[in-house]
Amino acid sequence: MTQTAPSRIPLVDYLVLDPEPHLVAQECTNCGARYFDHRDACAGCFEDEFSPVDVPPTGEVTAFTIVSYAPPGVDAPFVGAIVDCGGTPVRANLRDVEPTPEQVTLGMKVALTTYSLGTDSAGTEAIGFGFAPA
Amino acid sequence: MASGDVWILGITMTKFGKRPETDTVGLAAEATRGALKDAGVSMRDVGVLAAGNLMGGGALGQQLQKQVGQTGIPVYNVANACATGATALRTAIMAIKAGEVDMGLAVGVEKLSGAGLLGVRGPRAQSDTWQPEGRQGAIMGLDGRVNTDNMPGTFAQIGMEYGHKYGGVSFELFARISEKNHGHSTLNPLAAYNKAMSKEQIMSDVMIAYPNTRPMCSANCDGAAAAVVVSDEKLKTLSDDQRKRAIRVAASVLTTDPYEVGCQVLPNVNTLTKNAAKQAYETAGVSPEDLDLVELHDCFATAELVHYDNLMLCDEGNAVDFFESGAPHRDGRLPVNVSGGLQSKGHPIAATGIANIWEICHHLRGEAGDRQIQGAKVGLAHVIGLGSACGVHILEKAAA
Ligand SMILES: [Zn+2]
Repeated sequence: MTQTAPSRIPLVDYLVLDPEPHLVAQECTNCGARYFDHRDACAGCFEDEFSPVDVPPTGEVTAFTIVSYAPPGVDAPFVGAIVDCGGTPVRANLRDVEPTPEQVTLGMKVALTTYSLGTDSAGTEAIGFGFAPA
Repeated sequence: MASGDVWILGITMTKFGKRPETDTVGLAAEATRGALKDAGVSMRDVGVLAAGNLMGGGALGQQLQKQVGQTGIPVYNVANACATGATALRTAIMAIKAGEVDMGLAVGVEKLSGAGLLGVRGPRAQSDTWQPEGRQGAIMGLDGRVNTDNMPGTFAQIGMEYGHKYGGVSFELFARISEKNHGHSTLNPLAAYNKAMSKEQIMSDVMIAYPNTRPMCSANCDGAAAAVVVSDEKLKTLSDDQRKRAIRVAASVLTTDPYEVGCQVLPNVNTLTKNAAKQAYETAGVSPEDLDLVELHDCFATAELVHYDNLMLCDEGNAVDFFESGAPHRDGRLPVNVSGGLQSKGHPIAATGIANIWEICHHLRGEAGDRQIQGAKVGLAHVIGLGSACGVHILEKAAA
């Protein structure tokens, strides 16, 4: 039996695409600290048990920058931001907003959005994420 | 003088800027020989060498010895991001405090002219099919796709975060902080840049990462700084001239960032600086009001603002008011970065954490010429290396 390749793959494994795109944090079962990477142990309490938790898909911009120079393959300028999603800070770009200080403001309400990053030779589409004005 | 004190006996910094005529070891040798001469001692007197360098491959100390004196003493090659110089100095101080040696030498050096944006890694090799890699299962580079890895953008967000929390920040405010430091550097012949810049010039310069334009970013350049430190007991055996110019290390503190919500999402440069400052004030027995000048880590204009608060130069949340009061200008109540700071003096990474201490010592010794802060008796030097490490030193003029 041949397995068919998945048709879509997320940019990072903490972006879960189905049923609706959302971010999943690893939460320390002891102290509640949330992480977006594979852990050896908790940086806060040193315990090593984690469970996946869904992060709310909406939040508020608590910090941003508009970066003029991007690495190859990335459009510039782009907006980098920290979004507070119901108490969980998330690192992301802002999308669907003019990258100007007039349009991007501290405290603005945003919601998770996804977009295509291209397709590989096996036909799998890469899906990125960002936050757009809510 | 109290038993157990450590003193800076000699200290120097090289001219910062483009130094194509010499290599990394040559710059380190220039600073080292300068510090030894300033101290009135030789390599024969030095019991330990701590050598800080980030870009040169990790064996600076031994390479330096081969140029300035191979005496067989222990060498510690030190790397701690932008706190490397302060960490090297603290390594020598710790060796003295431990009673292993009575004199140590610390040097920091970097050749950075022409380096681009720091903190940006190259793109990954493109493969045919998406392959999740690393601790986030990323299928391609995340820099620029999930926020930015570059330093100007990271520190921009750190300044904006302060604004979100306490209000009052603007592009113009950050530009005026930069205007202050560029103005200060006109009096510093060793600074990489000595040109005053108006707020308007700064705001209309090339935008790197809003709200930081190019002159609001630390200047990549070449440079070195070195210091000779001695124990109290050793200092007592030295000449009057040496004792008169010695500067007491009233506090030497190094911290890292403790876990807090969000600290692995946007680096938290605040808590570790507050912790270091608090510990330093307690150790030195001084309060922020006692300081005559401060050299703090203004790697970006947006960083200087938050450190007014972190170093407790103002009440919590009042960094904007502190700046607006004129306090951190060289003729203000508490001058900050009279050297020109990293934005104008320059930031040869591993040299910075000793060069800022040289600046303080220069004033405490009354040798700062045109930019002398009159009557300076106590100063504080601060550096932060992202990742993070924070060094705070409080320096005091000798009592007699
Ligand atoms: Zn925990």
